[in-house]
Amino acid sequence: MHKEFLMGNAAIARGAVAAGLNCVSGYPGTPSTEVLETCAKINDGSLYVEWSVNEKAALEVGAGAAYSGARAMVTMKQVGLNVASDPLMSLAYIGVKGGMVILVADDPGPISSQTEQDTRTFAMYSKLPCFDPSSVQEAYDMIQKAFEYSEKYHTPVLFRPTTRVCHGYASVEVKDENEYSVNKPEGFVRDPSKWVIFPRLSFRAHTEIEKRNTELSEIFSESGLNPVSGENGQMIGVVTHGISYAYTMEALSTLGADMPVLKVGTPFPFPEQAAVGFLKGKQEVLCIEELDPVIERGLTFVCGKYGLSTKIYGKLTGHIPAAGENTVASVMKVIADFGKLALPETASPETPPALPVRPPVLCAGCPHRASFFAVKTAMQGQKSVFCGDIGCYTLGNAMPLDMVDTCLCMGAGVNIAQGIGRFDPDTTCFSFVGDSTFFASAITGAVNAVYNQADMTLVILDNSTTAMTGHQPHPGTGKTMMGDIVEKIDITAVLKGVGVKTVETVDPLNLKAAVECVKRVSAEKGVKAIIFKSPCAVLIKPEKPAHIDEDKCRNCKRCVKLLGCPGIVMKDGRPFIENSLCTGCGLCSQVCPFDAIDVKGGVKNGN
Amino acid sequence: MATNILICGVGGQGIVLTSKLIAAAAMESGMPVMSAETIGMAQKGGSVFSFLRVGEGLHCPMFAQGQADILIAFEPAEAVRMLPYLKKGGRIIVNTHAIMPVTATLQGSDYTGTEMLEYLKKQECELTLIDGTKACEEIGSPRALNMIMLGQAVRSGVLPFTVGEIEEVMKKTVKPQFVEMNSKALNYGDTK
Repeated sequence: MHKEFLMGNAAIARGAVAAGLNCVSGYPGTPSTEVLETCAKINDGSLYVEWSVNEKAALEVGAGAAYSGARAMVTMKQVGLNVASDPLMSLAYIGVKGGMVILVADDPGPISSQTEQDTRTFAMYSKLPCFDPSSVQEAYDMIQKAFEYSEKYHTPVLFRPTTRVCHGYASVEVKDENEYSVNKPEGFVRDPSKWVIFPRLSFRAHTEIEKRNTELSEIFSESGLNPVSGENGQMIGVVTHGISYAYTMEALSTLGADMPVLKVGTPFPFPEQAAVGFLKGKQEVLCIEELDPVIERGLTFVCGKYGLSTKIYGKLTGHIPAAGENTVASVMKVIADFGKLALPETASPETPPALPVRPPVLCAGCPHRASFFAVKTAMQGQKSVFCGDIGCYTLGNAMPLDMVDTCLCMGAGVNIAQGIGRFDPDTTCFSFVGDSTFFASAITGAVNAVYNQADMTLVILDNSTTAMTGHQPHPGTGKTMMGDIVEKIDITAVLKGVGVKTVETVDPLNLKAAVECVKRVSAEKGVKAIIFKSPCAVLIKPEKPAHIDEDKCRNCKRCVKLLGCPGIVMKDGRPFIENSLCTGCGLCSQVCPFDAIDVKGGVKNGN
Repeated sequence: MATNILICGVGGQGIVLTSKLIAAAAMESGMPVMSAETIGMAQKGGSVFSFLRVGEGLHCPMFAQGQADILIAFEPAEAVRMLPYLKKGGRIIVNTHAIMPVTATLQGSDYTGTEMLEYLKKQECELTLIDGTKACEEIGSPRALNMIMLGQAVRSGVLPFTVGEIEEVMKKTVKPQFVEMNSKALNYGDTK
């Protein structure tokens, strides 16, 4: 063993590799992405690593690997599990041979997600064992246990850290390479009675799953994964989990209080006996949870089942907020109230001056800004609807672009535009989708729109990467996580192949050409597509920054007001190019009516 | 006892590397360390922070308001935003150069950072103002800001390291061609 300073996600990857991992597949999504990236980085060639096209594909690859005796990990964020839920629900019945851990990172807040769904609840629904680490060190240790349980009970298991564990860093004790487990997969052994799902098999499997989960509840209670800390002889206590456990311990130490704390590391199957042991003799117990009140419901159930009179407080009783993240401060406050303890004094300084807000914006030089601006310009004065999707380009909703009317989930924009078009026939319908999201889940949408005779323009914002999550490769990039250079899957060919007759590609930074393209293509009937192709501004070497000629500039501020580019700021009442941010994309020079913005690179004035 | 450090600023200012160097210095000295930072959506142009704790008895990387020993702020408004985390009489190192967000540009705001610095001067704390833009010009690189700020923070005596120790881990972390510039930045303003 030795110590290293690791990010939670890196610790999870390292723990999985130490557990004899053979295969890892996943789809990028904050806060889970770095798990798979770390696996790829430390891969000595013995591990198979892939970014799959979406979470469903990733889970199926993992299932096949685990059927063959490989130890497999599948990574995704919480909403990714919705995409993977179809194979997941059935795989719970089929089971696995090699250990299989499905890493699903939850995002209380939410900080960068559409929902505050709780994978612990999904575990209950899918009847799969679930592990919930509370620190970087515990994540490293627990993922190895997760593989052991999975292999022992022939079931996939869920491992669900939250953002603060995934993205927290700590000095952790890790194994030396000679301490790693090694797993040699046997290969797939044909047995249709085992691997082919049929109602009869499902009936049998259901019975067995329920029996196993009852057994696991007992085993988890004794496993050390649900430990009690503090002096346990008191009338009150706290039950918590995940990062809230760390907040609880921090709060108790700041408050100088000793209170018994039960940490639930295995929320499903719920460790009933551990809960009964903790509740016995206690009058009041406070559940400190994020997302769903999973533990609180578990404890309330246990009280009913075992006839305990302990009062259980938490989200259901209004003691903990229903939504959002806990913090050290929020946890300290509820514990102080609950234990009738004095909070440390905090200074209350005078009200500070109004702080500038810094919402996330499209980067300076981002080609998406140019794409949205081109469509906006082309459609001026016409009734149109702009259906957005998941990615950096969701930020196209911000002023002054204001070009995202809907955003629901990965790939949804295409068919939402189709649906709107059916009931608003005078509207010109657009859907915007990034290249990675297109491959993940918009191709079937395109097929649906073509087959069902929709009238809409599908706009592909192709920046040749998965930008939002930190630039992962995808089928259109021609690179794999094994380091291979492979043939790129051509978006135009895909669209033509599914029956989109008009597919035009244009550089959005060439404003004039882009606007003309939008006008021409959107006027056609049926489903047609425009591919705005220009690389992510973060990945290219910037051109020389633009320059504003002060003699020509008449301070009309069109460049500022139309584009909202962070590279153009106001200085002494006039637009000014922030050289450290400007990439020289040239879009502003094309909107300047006085030809006052000079740019060396990029496409100037549409030439 | 732990030293609680809060580094804040705007995405793209080199805050993450600053945090990593402090952590690496702690690892070198065999001290337990934990950190947490903003990642993802708010990478560019957004408010960015990094909580960092070095020492014994740590439970989690984040701490409550009023507990930071030092606030290393790369931008005046961000210093004010995170000020509630500073303990009474704590140390603030702040870069005086303001960064105007694009929303403020659109609304014609006249934010210059001056009002933020005036507010900070009135607080019960040890305040060090750094003209980061001037310092970067003197060193000859706009990328020197984070090491200038870190050097000042270390010399304030609040962090459990010397500039020399930080310099050693910096040499192991950055590309060889940037070592000299970063060394200059770490030692910027050293009057000794």
